[in-house]
Amino acid sequence: MNTAVLPQRENYLNAGHGLKSWLLTKDHKRIALLYLITISLFFALGGVFATLIRVELLSPNGHLMSSDTYNKMFTMHGVVMIFFFLIPSIPAVFGNFFLPMMIGARDLAFPRINLVSWYLLVIGGALAIFAMVAGGVDTGWTFYTPYSTSYSNTWVIATALGIFVAGFSSILTGLNFIVTVHRMRAPGMTWFRMPLFVWAHYATAVIQVLGTPVLAATLVLVFCERVFHIGLFDPALGGDPVLFQHLFWFYSHPAVYIMVLPAMGVLSELVSTFSRKPVFGYKIVAFSSVAIAVLGFLVWGHHLFVSGQSLYAGMVFSFLSFFVAIPSAIKVFNWTATLYKGSISYATPMLYAFGFIGLFTIGGLTGLFVASLGIDVHVTDTYFVVAHFHYIMVGGAIMAYMGALHFWWPKMTGRMYPEGWAKLSALIIFLGFNLTFFPQFILGYLGMPRRYHTYPDEFQVLHVLSTAGASVLAVGYLMPLVYFMWSLRYGPVAGANPWGATGLEWQTASPPPVHNFDEIPVVTGDAYDYSRVVGEVMEVG
Amino acid sequence: MASEAHVETLALREQFDTAAQQKDASTLGMWIFLLTEIMFFGGMFMMYTVYRAVYPNVFGLASSTLDEVIGAVNTAVLLCSSFTMVLAVRGAQLGKRRTVMLFLVLTIVLGLVFLGVKGFEWNQKFQEHHVPGPSFHLEGTALQGQAQLFFSLYFAMTGLHAVHMVIGCGIMLFLLWKTYQGTYTAEYYTPIDMGGLYWHFVDVIWIFLFPLLYLIDRHLK
Repeated sequence: MNTAVLPQRENYLNAGHGLKSWLLTKDHKRIALLYLITISLFFALGGVFATLIRVELLSPNGHLMSSDTYNKMFTMHGVVMIFFFLIPSIPAVFGNFFLPMMIGARDLAFPRINLVSWYLLVIGGALAIFAMVAGGVDTGWTFYTPYSTSYSNTWVIATALGIFVAGFSSILTGLNFIVTVHRMRAPGMTWFRMPLFVWAHYATAVIQVLGTPVLAATLVLVFCERVFHIGLFDPALGGDPVLFQHLFWFYSHPAVYIMVLPAMGVLSELVSTFSRKPVFGYKIVAFSSVAIAVLGFLVWGHHLFVSGQSLYAGMVFSFLSFFVAIPSAIKVFNWTATLYKGSISYATPMLYAFGFIGLFTIGGLTGLFVASLGIDVHVTDTYFVVAHFHYIMVGGAIMAYMGALHFWWPKMTGRMYPEGWAKLSALIIFLGFNLTFFPQFILGYLGMPRRYHTYPDEFQVLHVLSTAGASVLAVGYLMPLVYFMWSLRYGPVAGANPWGATGLEWQTASPPPVHNFDEIPVVTGDAYDYSRVVGEVMEVG
Repeated sequence: MASEAHVETLALREQFDTAAQQKDASTLGMWIFLLTEIMFFGGMFMMYTVYRAVYPNVFGLASSTLDEVIGAVNTAVLLCSSFTMVLAVRGAQLGKRRTVMLFLVLTIVLGLVFLGVKGFEWNQKFQEHHVPGPSFHLEGTALQGQAQLFFSLYFAMTGLHAVHMVIGCGIMLFLLWKTYQGTYTAEYYTPIDMGGLYWHFVDVIWIFLFPLLYLIDRHLK
């Protein structure tokens, strides 16, 4: 490996020059990079809010900011991280880039709609940022009525409008993926030859398409209620605030699977590639994605256990919530079975995959705690829920996102990242993550409520541990920013298939040509057939 | 398989291999979009159903103030517009440009008639103090808040439907302009087909709105 200049072969990066060639591109690969830059900025912004929250919680009495400011901080942390980072993250970047390549297509079915979806995210994000600059919003990311409609004196409407617009971005991405998977597969690419990444994105797209419009309608109603005071959610006029919660969680619970299903798709690719074995029980893993998408729509009521929902509804929702654990556990067990007797290499993406499996398991098991009616009454609205959620979202989704970034970086840029630094940062992120969020399980179990700006002195030790962990985590996230930039210029040239992976995206040049393949591939075998891999495997130590 | 992407045309964009594949993809995409529209309206239909079930008497009373004759006329107008839309699509299949233009114009006119009647109806509501707000008043009940809920949902649902009608008329104008320019042929008329699907969908939403809002509990009048 050397650091020679990139070969001057035409690829998607050098096919056009200038800002206009990027801002008006219809190439799914370039749009994926536009998304990558955009959501990285949102990730940083959400991280700033998280930092301020953690610094504030260093002391029990809240010296850094007023309680009003604190309310805005956790609201904007949630809004930015969920709607503008996690929801688009893996689908809009890696799904966009690799889903067409994995099924042997030249592009998504609707390239112009793909570009429109990026602009919608940018416009939605701009509205949300405007709201933050103008004075912020303090309702929590859940916008519960009647606070959001009648009492909050902050920028609820601008924020909701931003989320509304960004929602259409998500819908259009999902729509594009579904049509692409149905209509754009290369000759021989049958449904059961598709990589599991594609299956996971298909299931995700179904949720995006079916769930997001309900959120959009709900936000329209919140808008009407706030502006015209028409009483839809106002008990004084016969309305019902719990109905808002039903509508909100009908989207926002499945939305959790929009965030984690693509991560699971990434995991299947990573675990298989770095143990050089086909994913154990391919079909079961594929169907488990679909099962999660379907079951995900039937469990929203577990967010309303203490909201005055009927006990019987609570019992049904609790029962159904336990069901989600089955397909999730199938995935974890099957990845583990894939590792068994595999030829395992400990490259950085695999370290993130290991991180995901362990942390997602903790997050998933604590999910069963909060799905149980009795325990939930004790831990609801405490840091226990916060920790559970972050184990799934940060320990799960973001671990997979980082794994995906390292795994596909050589394909996207043609350059390898520095393996030693990357491993170090993966380790730091893992340690920092656990130090940040494990104490929160204990805090929550002991009764520390979430969204509080002050707390009793006895909780301080655990809060300080958590803040210390967050600082470590921040270092871990900053390191890749530096070495990825470095690798763009100085990284070793990657070659077409540095990992010896099986996906079609590895059977073409790095970076790929504009139409992905010099010749549309004809698929003759299953995914993950390592006897077919062509191209040398790079030594990674 | 072609080794290089072919020259791009409207009927065959570069990411597709055949025109049939492209048409299939567009049609599937449109149906999925309509599915998202169903979910979009679905939230409001759900709310209407819940509140109707919780407050049956007040909702029945409020509903009976709507004029079913005007509603029926508007339903007929929309059904006719769907018929002219079908004829426009048929004209496109046969490659008859003037037929397409004629029926697109008729569709737009009928759409505007619907919106005009709707506007007239809304205006009546203002005069009768049936618009949610400080001056809201419905005769015959003490439960003004609940009665207002009915009209809130009435305005939200018919308003959203009207927004879709306006967008539909915009799409028809665009198709009319493109047809005038001669963009579409008997081989390539997918946008007219898709515009038609959208128009029929908006029509179907009204077919559900009309009985739900106007006709249930008619016998109470």
